Amino acid sequence: MKRIVIVGATSAIAEATARILAQQDARFFLVARNKERLALVAADLALRSSHEPGTYIMDCSDWTMHQAMLDAALAHLGGLDGLILAYGDLPDQARCQSDMKALRQALETNLLSACTILQLAANHMASQGHGVLVGISSVAGDRGRQSNYVYGAAKAGLAAFLSGLRNQLQAKGVRVVTVKPGFVDSPMTKDLSKNALWAQPEQVGRAIAQAMAGRRGGVVYAPWFWRWIMLVVRAIPEPLFIRLRL
Amino acid sequence: MNRLPSFGRYPPVHQQSGRRVSFHHEAALGTDDSSALPRGNGCSYGDCCLNESGTLLLGRPCNRLLAFDAKSGVLRCEAGTTLEEIIDFALPQGFFLPVTPGTRLVTVGGAIANDVHGKNHHAAGTFGCHVLRFKLWRSDRRPMLCTPQQKDGWFGATVAGLGLTGWVGWVDIQLLRVANPFMVVEEHPFGSLEEFFALSSASDRDFDYTVAWVDCLAPARSRGRGILWRANHAPPLAKGSSGIRWQAAIPWELPFPAVGARRIRAFNALYYHWKRLRPTTRLAHYKGFFYPLDHIAHWNRLYGPRGFLQLQCVLPHGHATFVIHELLERCATQGMGSFLAVLKVFGERASPGWLSFPRPGVTLALDVPHQGSQTIAALRAFYTLIHEAGGAIYPAKDALMTKEQFQAAYPRWAELAARRDPAISSSLWRRVSA
Ligand SMILES: Cc1cc2nc3c(=O)[nH]c(=O)nc-3n(C[C@H](O)[C@H](O)[C@H](O)COP(=O)(O)OP(=O)(O)OC[C@H]3O[C@@H](n4cnc5c(N)ncnc54)[C@H](O)[C@@H]3O)c2cc1C
Ligand SMILES: NC(=O)c1ccc[n+]([C@@H]2O[C@H](COP(=O)([O-])OP(=O)(O)OC[C@H]3O[C@@H](n4cnc5c(N)ncnc54)[C@H](OP(=O)(O)O)[C@@H]3O)[C@@H](O)[C@H]2O)c1
Repeated sequence: MKRIVIVGATSAIAEATARILAQQDARFFLVARNKERLALVAADLALRSSHEPGTYIMDCSDWTMHQAMLDAALAHLGGLDGLILAYGDLPDQARCQSDMKALRQALETNLLSACTILQLAANHMASQGHGVLVGISSVAGDRGRQSNYVYGAAKAGLAAFLSGLRNQLQAKGVRVVTVKPGFVDSPMTKDLSKNALWAQPEQVGRAIAQAMAGRRGGVVYAPWFWRWIMLVVRAIPEPLFIRLRL
Repeated sequence: MNRLPSFGRYPPVHQQSGRRVSFHHEAALGTDDSSALPRGNGCSYGDCCLNESGTLLLGRPCNRLLAFDAKSGVLRCEAGTTLEEIIDFALPQGFFLPVTPGTRLVTVGGAIANDVHGKNHHAAGTFGCHVLRFKLWRSDRRPMLCTPQQKDGWFGATVAGLGLTGWVGWVDIQLLRVANPFMVVEEHPFGSLEEFFALSSASDRDFDYTVAWVDCLAPARSRGRGILWRANHAPPLAKGSSGIRWQAAIPWELPFPAVGARRIRAFNALYYHWKRLRPTTRLAHYKGFFYPLDHIAHWNRLYGPRGFLQLQCVLPHGHATFVIHELLERCATQGMGSFLAVLKVFGERASPGWLSFPRPGVTLALDVPHQGSQTIAALRAFYTLIHEAGGAIYPAKDALMTKEQFQAAYPRWAELAARRDPAISSSLWRRVSA
């Protein structure tokens, strides 16, 4: 039986992942900022897993609550085998260019707050000598593009942070998984127009559950073909790349 | 957003946007869309799930199970939950759907809005008969709890209400206790419609499920021949073969229709004679019995980009034999090519829904590939015949009904019109209500 904390439990990708883990007899501690939404997610997982999940309301931007949240999770679950950091926010790039508060907020949500949560959880897992940490970065972090570089920079920073943790913790028996979804049809992207490259949250959820069950950590692109798309995107020489309208 | 066609891919849609609803209490009706329509899984054939020039509120993400009483079998779930998701959850605990249509991919919201029926209509009535309560969101008032006991009419207006009375958020359903996933099924070939009626009424007494397939392309001398299946849920301790062995998928739309009239004719003859040689009783898995078509994902794409139409009507007992003979005759002589012709006698159990399609009489369903304007003309002539015989067309499968035909078959339509949410409309509704 796995004891798992999901930070950002109302995310579509997180919920899809949790339903799969529920079938593998996981127990959950669910953290989110919206009480009504979290109640619905928790009710569903309670029925699917036959364990009542713990819930915790927190705006993740408030880093001073992070340790208290983890303590509550440990108290509820009686231990910690996994943590999935799923929350994120897709900011309006144009707004971030004129409104510095929005720019900083985007970095706070997608990067800074994520780092403190991950570090605290990593410290706990390192001391107990096992656990799996999952962070959801994005293909947007693989290369800065004019249309989305604030979000991209935050996700790139998150990916680097996870990479460092993985490097540090592998000797301690802790696995670290970096998830890089491509375009996913979720609330975050409800205003974007969709095409054949778009995936459903369930596909990403399956990839995450599979990576968690594996024996090593690593970087998971979801769906898998994004690994090759991003290989090409990263390989474009900078002098050419700066002329592209991406 | 892609164009979000209906299951039959007819009528085509040109301008239609979709808005994802992720949590059932956040449908936000009447905010910025000129006209919105709740959408389930798009398993309706015609245009009751389309909203040309408007928005679809895509409710599938609202598929959370909210409460279950394993003693009584009452399940509360969000309306975007599919029947498949309910079975997957409830069957291991000994419960099945009280009523199910021929596909388990429909949502609970869609099952309510069309008040769907199944092979057990004669015993169990429609889906709406087993709905205990639901919560309805509207653009012009606070969310309402609706039950069949209340006198305010919202329950009756919403069941079979074509999605027009508001957004159904969650639903309480009374599930049916079963011992296992299996069915005891008997097959009986019949040689004529008269034989069918006799067999059907003899079966309805002892079997919860009856349905017949009729060969609408049979030569004139054996017109009306077919096969009747009758079944009950298996008693405890029955053991049978395990479900699906194969799951074929048709990955993309074929550029041409693969289901031509000649191939269908040959298939029907072969199938009939094969079954005639081997009348059997067998133990069947529920998937094979209830959902033979769900084995082949996206089979509707076999009909090509023009799509296909389905006609389903119910005819009052007095006229049924004559009209069905006439429809089968025309099918055969006009080469319309119906792969699936399904016949069933509806029972007496009344639905709470004001505009419910099932009513005492005989129902016939035909798939018709869209071969151009002659198909539409032939179907319109069928509709006229059905209308004149006092029959009704099923809106879930309709793209052609006229205003007069709809209003005659559904006399309470004006009461539904008065309950329609001002922020909601559909392509079907604009066609039949104007
Ligand atoms: C292979 C196949 C076999 C079938 N067999 C049968 C059968 O045996 N018996 C039968 O009765 N039908 C049958 N049908 C028809 C099908 O059951 C109905 O069309 C059903 O309503 C489809 O449900 P859906 O979830 O796909 O809804 P959609 O087709 O997307 O929508 C149907 C209606 O439901 C409304 N709706 C959806 N969600 C909500 C909501 N949350 N709140 C309010 N309104 C909502 C929509 O506005 C629309 O009017 C069959 C269909 C197929 C494809
Ligand atoms: N969708 C994509 O195309 C895509 C692509 C690549 C990566 N990702 C990443 O995948 C992850 C999951 O996203 P998703 O697609 O599942 O979208 P989603 O359903 O919109 O999930 C985003 C979640 O983040 C939560 N959140 C945002 N800010 C928060 C804060 N300050 N405190 C607490 N929670 C906060 C939201 O909570 P509320 O419910 O309260 O709003 C929501 O649950 C995110 O990290 C996202 O960046 C998504």
